[in-house]
Amino acid sequence: MASPSTPVDLAAAMVTTAPALADWLVILPTALMILSGAALMMIRKSVRLHAVIAIAALALLVLIDALLLWQVSSNGPVTMTMGGWLPPFGISFAADMFGAVMALVSALAALSAAVYSLRDIDTSGLRHGFFAFLLLLMAGVSGAFLTGDIFNLYVWFEVLLISSFGLLILGSEPKQIEGALKYAILNLIGTTLFLITVGYLYAIFGTLNMADIARKAGALRVVTENAPPLMTLTALFVLAFCMKAAAFPVNFWLPASYHTPRITVSALFGGLLTKVGIYALIRVTIMLLPVEREAISLVIAASAVLTMILGALGALAQNDLRRMVGYVVIVGIGNMLAGVAIGSSTSVSGAILYALHSIVTMTALYLVIGEAGRLAGTFELSRLGGLWRRAPWFSAASLALMLAAAGLPPLSGLWPKVMLLKASLDIGAWWLAAAILVSAFLVTLTLARTFLLAYWRPAPGGESEAVAATDWHSTLPIGLLAALTVFFGIYPEPLLAISQAAADGLADPSAYTRSVFPEGAAP
Amino acid sequence: MEILFVGLIGLFFAAAVYLMLSKFTIRILLGIVLLGNGVNLLLFTAGRITREVPPIIPADASTLGSVAANPLPQALILTAIVISFSFFAFLLVLTWRAFEELGTDSTDEMRLAEPRDEPLPPTGY
Repeated sequence: MASPSTPVDLAAAMVTTAPALADWLVILPTALMILSGAALMMIRKSVRLHAVIAIAALALLVLIDALLLWQVSSNGPVTMTMGGWLPPFGISFAADMFGAVMALVSALAALSAAVYSLRDIDTSGLRHGFFAFLLLLMAGVSGAFLTGDIFNLYVWFEVLLISSFGLLILGSEPKQIEGALKYAILNLIGTTLFLITVGYLYAIFGTLNMADIARKAGALRVVTENAPPLMTLTALFVLAFCMKAAAFPVNFWLPASYHTPRITVSALFGGLLTKVGIYALIRVTIMLLPVEREAISLVIAASAVLTMILGALGALAQNDLRRMVGYVVIVGIGNMLAGVAIGSSTSVSGAILYALHSIVTMTALYLVIGEAGRLAGTFELSRLGGLWRRAPWFSAASLALMLAAAGLPPLSGLWPKVMLLKASLDIGAWWLAAAILVSAFLVTLTLARTFLLAYWRPAPGGESEAVAATDWHSTLPIGLLAALTVFFGIYPEPLLAISQAAADGLADPSAYTRSVFPEGAAP
Repeated sequence: MEILFVGLIGLFFAAAVYLMLSKFTIRILLGIVLLGNGVNLLLFTAGRITREVPPIIPADASTLGSVAANPLPQALILTAIVISFSFFAFLLVLTWRAFEELGTDSTDEMRLAEPRDEPLPPTGY
């Protein structure tokens, strides 16, 4: 306690003015998700209320994220620091273009999956807290996209990891338990690696605030005597985040587990979780440690090529549709890694655009094959057939999404691929461009074959018994996501501008830094 | 003192990696526990190891001097301990359930989700 005779200047360490109303937008997504998730835990037994509350909360999340994106694009990055401490002492939440747009698109994907889940998840799943886990997963995802503190990023990773365990074992089938065991162990090792790296980072920089690290990195690089081990730090970060993002050779947990849970859960995982890893990789290597990333870019590029090609070959060899889509997710990760490896302005915005496209299409693709499997009663390619005759509109939407995932015009998958190709040819990396093209060709083959066999040909065993036709639970989310890919395939300008602005904000983080440390604040 | 801790952390990591390379789930779990504790020690060492220096800021200074330990890594460890403990509890139950359902603790024999004799997709129709 300060005695009255020695007045303490609070302004030296505390925020003394109330934050602007717009600043609350950056913390609201996470707060809303945690509060509504906790509310659902408390009313666990009244399962009929769950869906209503969860879908309302997710719709509100989409609205808040849209407002946040609008605020960021018109007024620059938004920051709020917890507890009233001045940064870097308080934990900052800071949203720039990159974080805000990722948060918005992932909220849209989660909302679609929640609508689809109305039929996919039974009462026992609801009793085991499906919607509560879903909301807490979104708390982790939104927190990871919006935080400005690297230890806080680790905490959000753990939040989304523990919620994903809950979702993965919903149903407790032996298959799911086996998948969850592999997923849980490998992901836990990945986040522990991340924690080790955070420890080293704190020992080197003496700060955990990302804006502060970005400011201090330049001065540390010119130190020649006892030079800090920034290379070690970068290599460890790349390994940890590649493990989360499912890049070769640390991606075997994904095909082992993503086909085991309920299809809604697969859709959420395939759409969101790996992209959080890519987000963290781009944030750390492009914004904080760009010089060191340049030094190991060849390693990242080699991993990208292997991820793409082996992922595409894996997809080609699958008979089970759910496993096939798991490999298609991996191919997308390879493409984004290629963008990180090149590191130029075009390639980073290409990688960001690819991440946005991938969140939408991968979620939708899982929902589509879930619906196809429900209509036909099987997920096996050798037994599927005749879907075109039974559900023509659903089949048309499926075709659009498959072409989008393969990267064919005029759908949203084309533009990020074009940007990545241009960026790799600009630096003369023809082999990287060739890998992108070959993997896209193999994915096109895989998905075209899927369409031919599952939709176009007559059902092998004759028409199967009548199942309930597609209704709004599936047409609404699939239609919404398919419309998004078609719209942004034909009219990509707004998304191109957003991802270019996001990439520029990462290459020159001065606006981000100024938002966290306004003029006159203590260094 | 720090050198001693560095050696200890190295031992923890080596034992953890050795255990995690095993095929049996219980050994992998023990490896993960060791790894988690190794990381906690690492964070602890990063915040300076001192004896009996109370973290009191002198009257003429505004920050804590460098003789006392940095309190922030200790806060990080607290967070990490809570997280790794809860994960360990979950994994322990999951491993037990896996042993009950699958009848094995060898990861080589866990092929229910990825069967060995899965057919290839049809090559024509």
